Amino acid sequence: MKIYLDNNATTPVKGEVLDAMLPFYREQFGNPSSVHWAGRMVSGAIEKAREQVARLINCSPAEIIFVSCGSEGDNFAIKGTADALKHKGNHIITTSVEHPAVLETCEFLEKQGFAVTYLPVDEHGMLDLAELEAAITDKTILISVMWANNEIGNIYPMAKIGEIARRHNVRLHTDAVQAVGKIPVDVQQAKVDMLVLSGHKIGAPKGVGAMYLKRGTRITRFMHGGHQERNRRAGTHNVAGIVGLGVACELAQQNLEKDYRFIRGLRDKLEQGILNSVPDVKLNGHPDADLRLPNTLNVSFNYIEGESLLLFFDMKGIAASSGSACTSGSLEPSHVMSAMGVDIVLAHSSIRFSFGADNTEDEVDYILTELPSIVQRLRDMSPLYHRQEPTPLHCDECRMVHKV
Amino acid sequence: MYTEKVMDHFSNPRNVGEIENADGVGEVGNASCGDIMKIFLKVEDGIIKDVKFKTFGCGAAIATSSMVTELAIGKTLDEALVLTNQAVADALDGLPAAKMHCSNLAADALHEAIKDYKQKHS
Repeated sequence: MKIYLDNNATTPVKGEVLDAMLPFYREQFGNPSSVHWAGRMVSGAIEKAREQVARLINCSPAEIIFVSCGSEGDNFAIKGTADALKHKGNHIITTSVEHPAVLETCEFLEKQGFAVTYLPVDEHGMLDLAELEAAITDKTILISVMWANNEIGNIYPMAKIGEIARRHNVRLHTDAVQAVGKIPVDVQQAKVDMLVLSGHKIGAPKGVGAMYLKRGTRITRFMHGGHQERNRRAGTHNVAGIVGLGVACELAQQNLEKDYRFIRGLRDKLEQGILNSVPDVKLNGHPDADLRLPNTLNVSFNYIEGESLLLFFDMKGIAASSGSACTSGSLEPSHVMSAMGVDIVLAHSSIRFSFGADNTEDEVDYILTELPSIVQRLRDMSPLYHRQEPTPLHCDECRMVHKV
Repeated sequence: MYTEKVMDHFSNPRNVGEIENADGVGEVGNASCGDIMKIFLKVEDGIIKDVKFKTFGCGAAIATSSMVTELAIGKTLDEALVLTNQAVADALDGLPAAKMHCSNLAADALHEAIKDYKQKHS
């Protein structure tokens, strides 16, 4: 049995998406910037995709810029704004739970002389909007808040944040990579100025994404070169990828309500099943399931390190992910868990299950059958389980290789 | 990313558990780094008769713990003291580079247990 529960990492390309893409590799191979027949065959496809993307997030097609991935979009939005508005101020407000594409871009800008406020979150991973508003100064040029969090699934109140940004006349960017396709995303209603989405999270291929840039929003180019995307983003169009993104957006719009109900049903079943059958489990993220993405479940299995749990899951065919240091690529556990003040052992113990529309109820049943014994087996191996003496938390000769 | 030997020791770890009234106990690591290893020894006539371990950690941490118990059983205390983390990793046909530092503590835990034994029996 192979069960894929890591849809926040990436999703398989949908059949309809791939079918729509394939002609653009051979028959319709032209460069949409060319004037001849081969180019003309293709340019219409790009514009059709632009309309499909725009419809999903309720903007005008001219406000969509195709990019190569979510990270490019976030880099473009933040660095492009910082440069375009540097005469107005040097202050950026973001949150401590953003994706690294936002956090590291902000850290880069700090080295260039910008000042960044990283808003804290509470134990449930939520922001204090009064704190956000209070952080705004006359030097603030950008607020960047993710629409939904990739690790815990929390949904941030974008419309309220949009109100605040509008009231203070500050530009608002949102990394909506995890929200788009899972919950309704409307840029007009939320009053955002820039939004980034990624293809491979919604059944389109890797290597394509889009940025919404509200009409009249000044931004400095990120990619220099040709005149593509009305001079806003150079580089030959990834035609097949863009076509795929368009179809994926159209499908997402058609299926949004149906998928939400179905996926949420599976997620809630797994959530309740785990909380009822395994002791010493902590739910990470907002306890109100309405305030989390329908597909995301993040739980910590106390006394166990996340990677060993993932390896045992993998042996049973279950693919999930973890916020433990060993799986995050750095040597510290997830920054989202730290920001929420999650106990260090529980942070290393966190597991994320993220569903997609291809999952089934049988899969959830299978996981609920296999999981308790795997957890117990690892707990029986752990020196932290039934421990009397205090847990060592600090190392004198730290063996961690810190990030360069 | 892991060798077959690592996966074998991870999925079927040898000598898991505790020894009651152990002659020596050693613990290294900490929860911040995400790895804690505890080793229990039974010693007779200067020879390690039995070793058991408990480990909180990733696949590499559990596999190295399991391997160090196999390497240590039957050795004299002095032989066991020269067993290195590298030797444990080599016996597992190597570990991914990123795991060499944080998870490869098993020989250290063994040495701590031997030190504990020597202190108690000096």
